[in-house]
Amino acid sequence: MTNRYFPHTPEDVREMLGVIGVGDIEDLFASIPAESRLESLPAVPGPLGEYELGRRLEGLAATAGGDWSVFLGAGSQEHHIPALVPALSGRSEFLTSYTPYQPEISQGTLQAVFEFQTLIARLTGLPVANASLYDGATALAEAALMARRVTGRRRLLVSSLVHPHWREVLATYLAPDPEAEVTLLPPGPDGLTALADTGVGEAAALIIQSPNFFGAVEDVARAAEIAHAAGALLLVGFSEPFALGVLKSPGSLGADIAFGEGQSLGLPQSFGGPGLGLLSSRQEFVRQIPGRLVGEAKDLEGKRGFVLTLATREQHIRRSKAVSNICTNAGHSALTAAIFMAAAGGSGFRQLAQANHDLAEYLKSGLLAAGFTPLGGGKAPVTFNEFVLRAPAGFSARHAELCRRKILAGLALSPYYPALSDAWLFGVTETKSREDIDQLLREVKA
Amino acid sequence: MNQDQGESRPATRWLSEPLLWERGRKGRSGLSVPTTGVPVAPIPAGAAGEGPDWPDLGELEVVRHYTRLSTWNFGVDSGMYPLGSCTMKYNPKINERLAGLPGFSGAHPLLPETAAAGALQLIYELEQWLAAIVGLAAASLQPAAGAHGELCGMLMIAKYHRERGGTRRKVLVPDSAHGTNPASAAMCGFSEVKVPLGADGRLDPKVVAGLLDSETAGIMITNPNTLGLFESSLPEISRLVHAAGGLVYADGANLNAIMGRVDMTRMGVDVMHINLHKSMSTPHGGGGPGSGPVAAGKTLEPYLPGPRVGYQDGRYFWRRDLPHSIGRLHAFHGQFAVAVRAYSYLLALGGEGIKDASGYAVLNANYLKEKLKAAYDLPYDETCMHECVLTNAKQRGDKIATLDIAKRLIDLGYHPPTIYFPLVVESAIMSEPTESEAKEDLDAVVETMRQIASEAKSNPDLLHAAPVTTKVRRLDETSAARKPKLTGDM
Repeated sequence: MTNRYFPHTPEDVREMLGVIGVGDIEDLFASIPAESRLESLPAVPGPLGEYELGRRLEGLAATAGGDWSVFLGAGSQEHHIPALVPALSGRSEFLTSYTPYQPEISQGTLQAVFEFQTLIARLTGLPVANASLYDGATALAEAALMARRVTGRRRLLVSSLVHPHWREVLATYLAPDPEAEVTLLPPGPDGLTALADTGVGEAAALIIQSPNFFGAVEDVARAAEIAHAAGALLLVGFSEPFALGVLKSPGSLGADIAFGEGQSLGLPQSFGGPGLGLLSSRQEFVRQIPGRLVGEAKDLEGKRGFVLTLATREQHIRRSKAVSNICTNAGHSALTAAIFMAAAGGSGFRQLAQANHDLAEYLKSGLLAAGFTPLGGGKAPVTFNEFVLRAPAGFSARHAELCRRKILAGLALSPYYPALSDAWLFGVTETKSREDIDQLLREVKA
Repeated sequence: MNQDQGESRPATRWLSEPLLWERGRKGRSGLSVPTTGVPVAPIPAGAAGEGPDWPDLGELEVVRHYTRLSTWNFGVDSGMYPLGSCTMKYNPKINERLAGLPGFSGAHPLLPETAAAGALQLIYELEQWLAAIVGLAAASLQPAAGAHGELCGMLMIAKYHRERGGTRRKVLVPDSAHGTNPASAAMCGFSEVKVPLGADGRLDPKVVAGLLDSETAGIMITNPNTLGLFESSLPEISRLVHAAGGLVYADGANLNAIMGRVDMTRMGVDVMHINLHKSMSTPHGGGGPGSGPVAAGKTLEPYLPGPRVGYQDGRYFWRRDLPHSIGRLHAFHGQFAVAVRAYSYLLALGGEGIKDASGYAVLNANYLKEKLKAAYDLPYDETCMHECVLTNAKQRGDKIATLDIAKRLIDLGYHPPTIYFPLVVESAIMSEPTESEAKEDLDAVVETMRQIASEAKSNPDLLHAAPVTTKVRRLDETSAARKPKLTGDM
């Protein structure tokens, strides 16, 4: 059987079998007992030629939803990806290499990751960042486990305004531990975590997200005071790194560990994956950081180079005593994000972030004028490019009608927060124009 | 080092490239900021920050920076990459195009299920195909990488025992296992019981039987194992483990040897992970993202992560009513864009082609082994699966370390094999050529390896000094770890 992915001609096979000294490829599988074999070929269709393959997947893609007009983020953001980003990250020397175990022929990846760590450290206001984790949800889980190692305490206080899916992943990671205790902090009436009555006690960490799942900017400095007074760490997450273009960084407000999702930084949404798990921390916790770290090194001639370092934290050296089991991370996502950050620059990123905020505030005021109301009474919280409003009667039906025209006008919060039956999460980015928003507002009112 | 070696590095290719913040000028940007046409909405003073202090570069500066960096890297597209246990096969170009189709890449993960029917169908079908390829009942695409799949499988085993009121805390792990196995077990609260290999490099059922007791939660087995040998006694071992009340986890890192050939159900496997970035041709990206779907037999299928995709009456939907599921392991639905590539790869092969891929992978590994065993020590001289393990034993007398052989290979144009793993073989050289390599390319690497073996005798300093043709020479990893400099600001 010939296939474009196999270079073997019948003559090649014959010659190679002759060298090995067997008559047939199947003879090489003699060590597999008959009782262990599949009785028939796996039921996978094909083989398809490249053109047919394209047709088939183009058919699926046509109904995968990428053509919808979506007015929300909720952990997956639609941002413009400059053409240079995939053009550079797609270079096959980057794409088709493995984890850089041989540093002399991996300096491209290694320097890029070293730069990535530096840019993420600066973004989050903390001195050390790792080379990436899988996604924001697993970054939360790893950050929580890290806080338990650092403090020797087990209890966690988690804001219920941390992304609900991320909290589910944390619960999955903690399930086998009979001593794990997670106390959920309820949302206050204004859409901010009710921080006053936390009772941090003997907790390892207080964990919040800012902007939180409702888009609201938490009082991180106050959370830091509360956590630190009780000897706990403050962990601050984010699902929209663009917010840090115009807001104070977690580190500058007292966070000990920051965790987040970096998909906004040049990665397509791709139905939610792959993303980019981010983790940064205070310097003194460096030997408890999970995942790869790239460090600067000198070669034999004193020349600057980069290597994977502090491997004694990791599974391939420490096995069951490792700080985490992670091996493969999100390296190419990190490279892609680094290219995006380099292209944006501090100045460009700040302007982009401001544009996001301006458009979101424009949508928010339009919706308020259309009969939507703030979540709580009193002063509305500061938000970035996502926010929650209560909808007027009849909006659910209007939302369903818009779905029929491939417009997703917000996310109902009731499946995640049953008490908030009329609350909806909205978001916009720089990919929506004023005209797009005006059009949506007309539709919502119609 | 002599002058000649220094000059063998072509100056243009190895031009140094400053770090990002060593170039650029404030006020430049490599991307355009749209004019919104809406009023500026200032951030309230209490919350407003300065934004990150990233360097400002122009578009061409960024392009040249990363283009230069890419020339210092070696990928499968650059040359043979026989990194054992990593299955560095060809990553088909068509898969990149298809993963980037706007319908997929622009899909928001929280779209209504009817809006994303094509995405759900792809997940559903790929899960079915993966389960069929290994002979198990069902699969989940949620785990994001191989180690994440291991964690998933061990969480499933832990939950299975919890539901039965058990306090089983021990997991058997063979000496030859990847380090991720004991680390994944430890994350689930299990303690590791090491299983020594038998004299033939395989697990001995009698040894396993002696380690089983009422505390045993299960066993983690890599099959074929990291010596490239098939664990022929797995059915018997599974029967013993099951009889003791434990469950069987199979590490699928080496699946490329046995795709479409082995029935994990008949071997007694309860759960396993599959690395899409190994066997299923998706690119490794210099460290990820990968994807580590988990497949389960009937016993553990109810414990798979959720939500899962269901299909009925021509409609795909999310199944959330999963009372035994371990729950969610990924923010959304797993590494979807990686899954698209694997789906495309499997369709390009078809059922028979999948089996053929393993056939050619095993053929290539055995050919390489036969051609190299005169020049290099082969501790287990028998038919191997997709990879073979050699050592430097014949070169040790000339004070040549495995590392020296690996670094000399770099100078001669190849990515080295995996070295110093598996740990059960001293100074291992573990080669996995994959089915992608043509006979002439294997012959060429064999010639190169033989040349190195002869250089080890005639000119050992050449090996000790290697590599000399690269951007940097050997790096001082010890000093780098002693006083780590992890960012440009340290």
